[in-house]
Amino acid sequence: MAESTMKAPKKRIDPVRWARENLFSSWHNTILTLLVGYLIVTSVGPLLNWVLLDANFQGSDPSDCTGAGACWLFINQRLNFFIYGFYPEEFQWRVDIMFGLLALSFAPQFIERFPGRKWLGLFGLTGLPIVGYFLIPGGLFGLEEVQSSKWGGLMLTLILAYIGIIASLPIGTLLALGRRSEMPIIRGLCVVFIEVWRAVPLITVLFMASVMLPLFLPEGMNFEKLARALIGITLWQSAYMAEVIRGGLQAIPRGQYEAASALGLGYWKKMGLIILPQALKLVIPGIVNTFISLFKDTTLVLIIGLFDILGTVQSTVTDPAWQNVAVEGYVFVAFCFWVFCFGISRYSQNLERKLDTGHRT
Amino acid sequence: MGKPMTEQTQTPETQSSPSTDVGKSDIIRVEGMHKWYGDFHVLKDLNLTVRHGERIVICGPSGSGKSTFIRCINRLEEHQQGKIIVDDVELTDDVRQIDSVRREVGMVFQHFNLFPHLTVLENCCLSPIWVRKTPRKEAEATAMEYLERVKIPDQANKFPGQLSGGQQQRVAIARALCMKPKIMLFDEPTSALDPEMIKEVLDVMIELAGSGMTMLCVTHEMGFAKTVADRVIFMDGGEIVEEAPPHDFFTNPQEPRTQKFLKQILQH
Repeated sequence: MAESTMKAPKKRIDPVRWARENLFSSWHNTILTLLVGYLIVTSVGPLLNWVLLDANFQGSDPSDCTGAGACWLFINQRLNFFIYGFYPEEFQWRVDIMFGLLALSFAPQFIERFPGRKWLGLFGLTGLPIVGYFLIPGGLFGLEEVQSSKWGGLMLTLILAYIGIIASLPIGTLLALGRRSEMPIIRGLCVVFIEVWRAVPLITVLFMASVMLPLFLPEGMNFEKLARALIGITLWQSAYMAEVIRGGLQAIPRGQYEAASALGLGYWKKMGLIILPQALKLVIPGIVNTFISLFKDTTLVLIIGLFDILGTVQSTVTDPAWQNVAVEGYVFVAFCFWVFCFGISRYSQNLERKLDTGHRT
Repeated sequence: MGKPMTEQTQTPETQSSPSTDVGKSDIIRVEGMHKWYGDFHVLKDLNLTVRHGERIVICGPSGSGKSTFIRCINRLEEHQQGKIIVDDVELTDDVRQIDSVRREVGMVFQHFNLFPHLTVLENCCLSPIWVRKTPRKEAEATAMEYLERVKIPDQANKFPGQLSGGQQQRVAIARALCMKPKIMLFDEPTSALDPEMIKEVLDVMIELAGSGMTMLCVTHEMGFAKTVADRVIFMDGGEIVEEAPPHDFFTNPQEPRTQKFLKQILQH
C-alpha cells in the first residue's frame, strides 16, 4: 500500500538559494549579474518613458507632439493609410469584412473547445481566398471596382503573404513528391524547377515578374503587376517549401511505404493517407519557418512599386509635415510584423502538440 | 497451445474465393524465379507451388534470401527473371495487376509497420474503406471482429505507440486480415519481440492456421513450424535447399547444409 501511494518528491524553489546557485555562484558570475542588472535598470526606465510615460497619444497635428517621448499620434492619424493604402474610404468595409473573416477563421484555432473550429480553419484555407477574390477588387455583383494599384498597407502585406503561403504549400508538396518520383522526366522537371527558383533572390524574381515578364507575353495579354508579383512569390516560395517537405518525406521509415503498398493502397492514397500526414507533421517547424520568412520578405515588393505596410510607413515618415517620426513609424511596422509572426509561431506549436500521438516508429 | 484445429471452421476468407475450387488448385506458383540486387544474385532459380490452405514455413540462415523471397510474392521486391503467379494473376510491371494481387495478399512485417498517426481501429479500417470501398460502419465492425480475434478489442482507440510490441504485432495481423486476404505472408513476425511476447503472437498465428488460411511464414520459431506447417522450406545462399513435411525435415534432413543449420539452432 505504502509503495503505491508514494509520490515523486516535489522540487522546492527557494529564491535565495536559487539566486546563490545561478547568479552569484562565482566571482565572475557575480560581476556579470551586476553588469546585466545595471544595463537593465538604465535602459528599461528611459525606454518606458519614451514608449508610454512621455509619449503623445492625443491630438491631431504635428505640433501636438512635445518631442519628449514617442509621437504615437502620428500613427493614429495615418493609421487608415497604413492599413488600407489608397483603397477608397467608402469601400473599406469590404476589406474590413476580410479582416473579420480572417480573424474568425484563425483566432478560434487557439481555443481548444471552440465549436466547429476545424471547419472555420478549413474555410480560412479555401473559402476565404475565394471570397476575397471577389470582394476586394470588386467589379462584380454590383461592387465598385477598385484597381489593385490602389491597394496598400497592411492589407496588401496580408494578401501577399496569405496567398503565397496557402498556394505554396500544395505546390511545394507536389514538387517534393515529384522530386522523389521514380519517373525520370517528372523527377528531372521538378529538380530543375526547384534548383532554378531557389537559387534566385526574391528581389530578382519580383523585378523579373514586373519588368521582364510583360516583354515575353503575347501582345494584349497583360495582367496586373500585383498578380505577377503574386505568381512570382508563390513559385519562389514553392521551391523552398518543396525542399522542406522532401526532408519530411525522407524521414519516414521505408516500412511505412511498404506496409501501405502491401495493403493495396495506390500511389496517391499511400501518399495522401499515410506518408504526407506523417511527413508534414514532422516538418511543421520548417514549414512555419518558411512561412514567417516569407511574411517578412513580402516587404520587398516595394522595389516594384507596391506599397505594403512598410512602404506606406516609409512614404509617410518622409512627409515634411511630420518631422522626426521615423523611429515611431518603424517601431510600429516592426510591432505589426511581430504580432503576426508570433501568432503563426504560437499556432504551429499548438498544432504540433495536438498532433503528437506519442509514437516513434 | 493445443493441437491446431485443422479444417475446423470455414472462415470468410476462404469463402470469398469464388474463382477456384478450395483446397485443390494452386494459389501461388513460382517458376524459375531469379533476382539480383545490382550484380548480386540474391535469389537463384526458385520454384514453389502452394495450394489453397497450405501452411508453409521458410527458414534458413540470415542473408539466405528468405525475406526477399516472400516479399517478391506481393511485389515489394521485383524479380528479374521467371514467373510468379498469385491467385491466377501474374506479377509483372503492370500496376493494376500488382494492386489486385496486393488486395488478396496480407503481409505482416518484422517491425509491425503500423501507421503511428492513426488509431488501432483506423489502422484496421483504412484499407477496407479506401481500397475495397467498404462502408465505414461495416469496415469498423469487421475490424472489431478481428481485433476480438487477436484479443485486443479494448485497445481499439489507442495509438500504436501506446501498445507493447506483442500487441502491435497482433494489431498488424488484424489489419492484414481486415482486407480478407486469401494469402497471408509473415516476414519474421516474432523476431523483433521480447521473449515474453512471442507466445501471444504465435498463438494468434496458430489460431489463424487452424482456420484454413493459406500462410507463408519466414520464421525461426521451429516449434511453430513443427505444430502448424504442412511443409518446411530451407533456404541458403538464395536457393531452396530442401523442402519437406516438418516431421521429416526435423528428424531426417537430407542435405548437409540443412543438417548443419538444424544442429545450430536446435542446440539452444
